Amino acid sequence: MSGSTTRNFKSNAARELANDTLRAALTKSKGHFTEGRSTAAENLPEFEALRDQSRDIKNHTIEHLDFYLEAYEEKVRESGGHVHWARTAEDARQIVLEICRSVDAKAVNKGKSMISEECEINEMLEANGIRAVETDLGEYIIQLRGEKPSHIIAPAVHLTKGQVEESFRANHTHLDPDRVLEEPPTLLDEARTILRKKYFEAEVGMTGANLLIAETGSSVIVTNEGNGDLSQLIPKVHIVLASVEKIVPTLEDAATILRVLARSATGQEFSSYTTLSTGPKREGDTDGPEQYHVILLDNGRTDMIGTEFQEMLRCIRCGACMNHCPVYQSVGGHAYGWVYPGPMGSVLSPGLLGVDEAGHLPNASTFCGRCEEVCPVRIPLPKMMRNWREQEFEKHLSPGAARAGLGLWAFMAKRPKLYQLVTGVQMRLLARLGRAQGRVSSLPLARGWTKYRELPAPEGRTFQSRWKSGERPL
Amino acid sequence: MSDSNREAVLGSLRRALGRDAPVDEDTAAKLRARMTGHARNIVPARTALDDAGLVELFETMAQKVHATVAHVASMDDVPGAVGEYLRGENLPSEIVMAPDATLDAAPWSDNSLLEIRRGAPVESDQVSVTSAPAAVAETGTLAMYSGPDHPATLNFIPETHVVVLPAGRVVKSYEDVWDSIRAQASDPESGRGGQLPRTVNFVTGPSRSGDIEQTLLLGAHGPRRLHIVIVDGE
Ligand code: SF4
Repeated sequence: MSGSTTRNFKSNAARELANDTLRAALTKSKGHFTEGRSTAAENLPEFEALRDQSRDIKNHTIEHLDFYLEAYEEKVRESGGHVHWARTAEDARQIVLEICRSVDAKAVNKGKSMISEECEINEMLEANGIRAVETDLGEYIIQLRGEKPSHIIAPAVHLTKGQVEESFRANHTHLDPDRVLEEPPTLLDEARTILRKKYFEAEVGMTGANLLIAETGSSVIVTNEGNGDLSQLIPKVHIVLASVEKIVPTLEDAATILRVLARSATGQEFSSYTTLSTGPKREGDTDGPEQYHVILLDNGRTDMIGTEFQEMLRCIRCGACMNHCPVYQSVGGHAYGWVYPGPMGSVLSPGLLGVDEAGHLPNASTFCGRCEEVCPVRIPLPKMMRNWREQEFEKHLSPGAARAGLGLWAFMAKRPKLYQLVTGVQMRLLARLGRAQGRVSSLPLARGWTKYRELPAPEGRTFQSRWKSGERPL
Repeated sequence: MSDSNREAVLGSLRRALGRDAPVDEDTAAKLRARMTGHARNIVPARTALDDAGLVELFETMAQKVHATVAHVASMDDVPGAVGEYLRGENLPSEIVMAPDATLDAAPWSDNSLLEIRRGAPVESDQVSVTSAPAAVAETGTLAMYSGPDHPATLNFIPETHVVVLPAGRVVKSYEDVWDSIRAQASDPESGRGGQLPRTVNFVTGPSRSGDIEQTLLLGAHGPRRLHIVIVDGE
C-alpha cells in the first residue's frame, strides 16, 4: 500500500526523538488524556463491568458478523439508503468516486475518519479534480500542512500552537498579515470562519462511523466539534465509509459501548455530539441529505478472523492505548509510518499491510502492559504484539532462506538485528524519559517486562540486567 | 462490482468463522430474538433517583460540560426567559425557531422584542430555539429527533442554541430514549412508518475542540453556547 513507511520505524523514531518541537507538543498533551480517563473511570462504579460487557458484545458480533452485516444492510435499504461493499481500499475509492461523479461533485466535506485515511480518499479525490475539505479542526490543520494524523482521535497532537499559527498565516493569505493570532481561541475563530463558508459549498459530505447498528440500520458518529454533523447534514449526499467490524446488534449494545468510548478516549462522560443517522431525509424534512450511502470496507479485516488476531477487531478506536504508551508518548504517531499508531497500530497494521511491510512495529513496545490495562474492550495487545514478532521471526526462518543455504547463519544474522532494533529504540527512549521527565520509575519494568520478556539476548546480558547495573546508553 | 464484492466479503467471513453457509435457522432465530428483544445491558445506578432528583442530576451534569441552565414555572414564562438570556449575553434578538408543537404553546407574540422566524436555519442565523423531546440525566444529554418540526441543522448552525425542556421529559438513560424512539417509530400517528427519525442527536454541552495543544475551546463548529430552559411545571 502506498504511503506506508512502517518499515522505517527505527529511523522514523530516531528522527522524532530528535525533534524538540514534537517533544514540547507531546509533553503538553501527556497528562491530559491519562488523567481524564482515570477520573472518568473513578466516577463510574460500573466502568469495569461495562468494559467486560463491551468486550462480550464485540466478541458476539464478530462471531456472527455475516449475519449482522446482512441484517444491517436490509435495514439501511428499508430506510431508503444504499449499501456498497468494498473488499479493498481500491474498491472503496472507486465507489466514492462513482457517487461523487453521479452528482457532479466539485467538493467533498469530510468529518474525521481513519478509514478514509486508510483508503487515501483525499488523494484519490484530488487526483480526480474534486476538492477534499477536512472539517475537523485537527484534520484541517494537518491538511494545510500536508501531513498525516499522528493520533487516531487527536490528529494534530504533535503540533504546537506556534506551528498552527505558522500554517494559518501561510495559507490564509487573504487575511491581514498583521493580525494577532497567537492564542488557541483566535486560531479556532479563524478556522471556524473559513470552514463555515465551505460547509455550504460541497455537494457531498463524508463521515466515518463509530458504530453501525444492525437493529435499525443506523450509523453513529461521536464528535466534539459538530463538524461531522454539519458535514453530513448540509450537502445533498452523505457517504458513510465504515469498516465491517463497526457493527453492533442493537441500540442497547451501542449505549454500552458509548459509555466506555468517550471516557476511555478523552475522559469525557459523553462526547458533545453523538449522532445516529438512518437513511436519507424523510418526506417533509427541510434539511438533511437526499442520498445516504454506506460503504462497508473489509480491506484485510475478515482475514484476521479465525486467527490469533481476531480480538483486534473489537477495537473501538478510542486511542487510550497510545495515550498510555511510553513508546508512543516519546516518538509520537508519525514514527509508526502509517495510519494507525501506538499499540493498536502495532497489532492492526501488520494485519492490514502484511507482516513484511509492518512486521517491525510490534517491536516498538516496552511490553509494560499499560495498553491492555486501559483498553475498554480488553484487547490483549502485548500478547498479540508477541504473536506478530513470532510470525515475523518465523518468516525469516522460512524455507526460502533455508533453501538458499543460509540456514543457521541467517537465523543468527537476523536475531541481533531484531534485537538491536528493539533495544536501540527502547534504550534511547528510556534514557530520554529518565532525563527529560524523571519518570523511568513509571515504566513498570519489573512486572511488565518480566511478564512479557522474551527478547533474544545475543550479547549475553539482558536489557534489564544492564539497566539494573546502572548502564545508561545514549 | 458491488455484488461480487458482497459475496466475496461474506464468503471470506464465513470461511474464517468455520462455516461455508449462513448461520443455521436455529442460530438465526436466536440472533433475531436478540436483536428485537431490546434487552438492556448494565445501566449505571447513578440514575436511581426520583423525578426531582433526575432533573437535578441532569442539570448538574449539563453544567459540568458548560451548558447554562435556567428554570421557569410554565410555558408562559419561556419567551421572557429566552429574551432575558439573549439580552444578558448581548446577543441579537432575531431567532430562528423550530416549528414544533411544544414551542407553539408559549405566548411568543407577547414578547415583542423577539423577532422570530420558524423553520430551518440559514448560514447567517445567530440564535436558534428548539425544544427537546427527551433529556438523559445520566450525562446531562439532550436528545433531539429530526423531522419537519425540528430541522437538525438548528442544533448546529447558529452560534447560540436555546433549548426548551419540559422537566417531565428528563429520563434516566439512553436506553429510555431508545424505548421512546421505537415507540414513536411504530406509532401510526407519528408518520414515522416504523423508521427511526433520520437524525437522532444526543447533545451534551456546546461544541468544543481540544485540537490545539489540548486546550479546551468552546464553539469549534457547532454552537458556542448551549442554554437550557427547564420548564418546571410541564
Ligand atoms: S486497542 Fe483498545 S485502547 Fe487501543 S484504540 Fe483500540 S479500543 Fe482503544
